[in-house]
This record gives sequence, C-alpha cells and structure tokens, in this order.
Amino acid sequence: MGALGIALVVLMVAGAIFADLLSLYEPDRISPRDRFSAPSMEHFLGTDHLGRDLFARVLHGGRIALSVALSSILISLIIGVALGLVAGYGPRRLDNLMLLLLDSIKSFPTVMLALALVTLFGPSLTVVMVVVVLVTMPGYARIIRTQTLALKESEFVTAAISLGAGTPRILRVHIMPNVIGPLLILASMDIPVVIAIEAGMSFLGLGVRPPTPSWGAILNDGYAAIRESPWIVVAGGLPIIITTLGFTFLGETLRDVFDPRLDTRR
Amino acid sequence: MPGIMTKILEVEDLEVAFRIGPAFGIGQRKELLGVAGVGFDLDPGKTFALVGESGSGKTTLARAVNGLQAISAGRIVFDGQRIDDLDARRMKPLRLRMSMMFQDPVGSLSPRMKVGDLVTEAYRIHGIDVDFRAETERLLSLVGLSMDVTDRFPHQLSGGQARRVGVARAIALNPELIIADEPTAGLDVSIQGEVLNLLNDLRERLGLAMIIITHNLHVVRHVADRMAVMYLGRFVEIGPTDEIFSAPAHPYTAALLSANPEPDPDRAKDRIALPAEVPSLLHRPEGCEFHTRCPWARQDCGDEIPEAVIVGQRRVACRFPLERGERPPADSPTDPPTK
Repeated sequence: MGALGIALVVLMVAGAIFADLLSLYEPDRISPRDRFSAPSMEHFLGTDHLGRDLFARVLHGGRIALSVALSSILISLIIGVALGLVAGYGPRRLDNLMLLLLDSIKSFPTVMLALALVTLFGPSLTVVMVVVVLVTMPGYARIIRTQTLALKESEFVTAAISLGAGTPRILRVHIMPNVIGPLLILASMDIPVVIAIEAGMSFLGLGVRPPTPSWGAILNDGYAAIRESPWIVVAGGLPIIITTLGFTFLGETLRDVFDPRLDTRR
Repeated sequence: MPGIMTKILEVEDLEVAFRIGPAFGIGQRKELLGVAGVGFDLDPGKTFALVGESGSGKTTLARAVNGLQAISAGRIVFDGQRIDDLDARRMKPLRLRMSMMFQDPVGSLSPRMKVGDLVTEAYRIHGIDVDFRAETERLLSLVGLSMDVTDRFPHQLSGGQARRVGVARAIALNPELIIADEPTAGLDVSIQGEVLNLLNDLRERLGLAMIIITHNLHVVRHVADRMAVMYLGRFVEIGPTDEIFSAPAHPYTAALLSANPEPDPDRAKDRIALPAEVPSLLHRPEGCEFHTRCPWARQDCGDEIPEAVIVGQRRVACRFPLERGERPPADSPTDPPTK
C-alpha cells in the first residue's frame, strides 16, 4: 500500500513539475474550433467548452493543488508548532487564552469560514490558503501543546534547566525534536484534505480566478456539459481521486513506520 | 572549625510550601509543607547525605537548593552569596558552580541527543568555547566510558552507562557542589558500587562538595561525612555519619537503621517495626510528628513540638533521645495511638 501511495504521489508531483514538457498545448490556449472534442491521440483527455486541452490543464492544475497544499500546510505547521509550544510551556493563563483562541477558530465550519473570507476579500488563492491554515492549524497546535505539557515536567527538561539552559534552548533543543514526529505524520495525512478544500473552493468559484487551471475549476467547467461531454468532469475528478488516495496511503504507511504501536493489520 | 573556612552552602530554616486546590471551586485551599524548616551547612569538599522514606521531602529540598523549586521561607547561601531570591538570569552564572544529577539515569538525558552532545551541553549553554571532541573524551574517560558511546542515543545505553553520562554532565564545568538525587537508583548492586566509587574518586580528585539523596543507607555510610534524617519535611536528626550509625538518638533514625538489610541473620531480628502509615502532609500529627508511629512514645509526646537537643555533635528533634543501643519498651504499642 505504501509503494502504491508513493507511486501515485510521484506520478502527480512529476506531472506538476514537468507540466510544460509533457503537454502539447498551453493550458489557457482557447481554440473554439476544437471545443468539446473527445479524448484522442491529439488531446489525451479531450477539450473543454473553450477548446482548451484538458491534459495540459490537469497537469498545470496539479501545480496549483500541490503548491497550495504544501505551502499552506507548511505555514500551518510553523504557526501551529509555535502556538503549541507557547501554550504548553508558557504560564497557565496564556495556555487558557490560546486554547480559547484555537477552539474558537476550530468551531467555524469550513464552508462558512471560506464563504465569509471570500465575501470579505474576494476569491483568490491567498484566501484558499488562509482557509486551509485556519482549518488545520488548531489541530497541530493542540497536539504540540499536549505533548509539550507532558515533557515540560520531564526529568531531562529539568536537568537542562539546572545546567542553566534558557527557555528558547529548552524549546528548540529538548522539546521540539521530541514532539514534531507525530505532527509530520498528521500533516502528510492532511494534504489530501487540503487538496480537496482547494478543489472544492475553486469548484464553487471561491478559489482561483479563471482562466487559471485548477482541478476544481475544471470540474466546474465540465458539470454543465456532463451529459454531452462527460470527459471534462472525469479529467477534473480523476487527479483529485488519485492524489487523495496517494497521500492517504503514504500517510498511513508513515504512521505505521513511525509508530509501530498503531499496527492496524488485523 | 566552623566559621574559619567559608561554607560552600548554608541553608537556614528552609521551607517549601505547596498549595492544593480548590479544583473547579470544590474543596478548600490548603497548604502543605514539603520541606518544613530545615537548616544545614556544607564545607567545601565534604559530602552530606539526606536520608528518609519516599515523600519525606528529600528531593524537594534538593530541588530548592538547586533553584528548581521556589521556596516559601528561609535562606539559601552559596559560597557567601544568597541565591534563593535570584531570577533565572542572575542564577545562570552560579549554575557553572553547582550541578545536579537526577534520579532516572536514562530519563534525565534528552532522548534525541547523542551522548557526545549531552556531556558537552553545559559548555554550549554557557557559551564556553572549547574543543568539544577533546572535552568529550576527557569527561568520558573521567567517568570510565570510552569514546565508542559518543554517537549513541540515551535509549541505547545501559543504566550504568547512562548514569555515568549523567555524572559526566554534572562535572563538565568543574563545579564546586554536586547534588546527586538517588545516584544509585535503578542500578544493579555491582554497578551501584562502581558509581559510588566513581563519585568518591571524583570528589577527591576534583575537590567537590556533594549532597547525596538516597534511601540506601549503605550508600550513606560509604560516602557521607555528615547526614540528616528527614521525616515529613523536617530533620529529625542531623550530625556526623559515624556517630549516627553507631548510636542513633532519634527513634525514627533507630528504626530506619534497623530496617537496613543486614547480612548477619542473628542481628537481623533486631529490626524495629514501625506501626501505621506515614501520616499525610495535609494532616500533620500534633506535637512531635513522629509520636503516632514511635515505639518509645510517651503519654505527653503529642503535646508539644520537641526542641532540638544536642547529643554529642548531633541535633536531635526528640524530647527523650535514645541511649546507645536502647531497645523499644516491651509494652510499645503495636497499633498507633488514636487521636
């Protein structure tokens, strides 16, 4: 399962990186004469209502999906780790304040949050990323906080204090390396969720602006013509399914490797 | 010759209070004294032992001396400088001069750090630039480890090796005082002996003063010049180790010493059994706090807190200190007097 996951992820990542080499057409090139043409040797996945080559759009859409997923998860990790360490290691009062903040953020339904932010700032990739950060970060911060809380009283931390180590050193050298592992596993399993959020928001017109290729946007372009030209929806949906499965398999494998206690073979 | 030589450490009337509750508005706010007014001092190069049952406040006292635990009353003076009211920043230079070894040999080593980094961590913390490799080699050879272990993680060490790494960490900055909390806990008897010899040896070679916390009386006899026996956060008896071992004057000391495993079967039966459990720190007995368990307890022992009396070179917190080798009276209570 892990090998399959890696294969699927590598396939999607390679497709996104080498999108320009692999596709014969520009993703935004409109060609009214070729509109709604079915998959053929010329257009591997067919074309959409504007005659754009769907294979090129899917590959370029992978760039958007992966870069949004990776960069927003990274930002989310950085903020989450920082807040979690402060909440876990800092004074009780600060901890309570942080928990209140994190729980309030988490209590917003994702769709409501997305709609509210788009209403305020207009649809853009930045808003998509902010939504992703707000949705994933509280979970990361909570994990780090709980583990930091447990390690705070541990003897090796006390020993470091007694040697004269200051708080920054304790957090950086003694606590962070011991709490980050499980978080990375969680983050890798969040990537498909994030890709789904991006596709979903773009489908609803809350994400990327046309004509930027995005899997969600392709779906949106296709669903009006789903009876006559179903390949458009397939072109948008297939990569989402493949990437989601790939990262999920990969994440589960990572989890089993890092934490043998969670062996789920039955 | 007290007063002539500067003491490395003086502790006066030290008190550590913990606040309990209320939780969710239930229960009353209570205060319990983990350490209830103790005093001792230590000359440079000497070893002082703290003994007592679990929960008697030994570790709390050690942590307070090391500045890891806030105190609620009293004074701690290190080499003539008062340290109990220092903040972390002003305490930092003093950490070069005193270090602490913790109970759990493996648990006190940061799990993701390699031995080489662990033993030289103190230099990094204090920004002291040394040849780390050479220093690692020097420290490891001082504690009898080879350079093979430098790339290992703590969980790859045996208990004895981990303890030696702990010792190496503690002596890294050439401190003048080491506080060792249960240095032999969790080690095989043979390794215990090695670690004690190592500590003794280092003390002589480096001129260290040491505070050793233990409930292993063999350890005390082996290394300590002076000792104190703790009960419920107080010293019941403090003085030279030889004197206390040969003629304990406080009934609790006598019971503790008699409970020490004794290889001679004829003497083993002299064990003085203590009835009842250790009282809760939240409900300290009235008067002499040991009278609820004391085989020698008299009618009026629960009336007033005993003043410390001088017996030989010792201070003993008992109104009726024992004579040498005195046995409990035949009619000593087997059940605690009910209050």
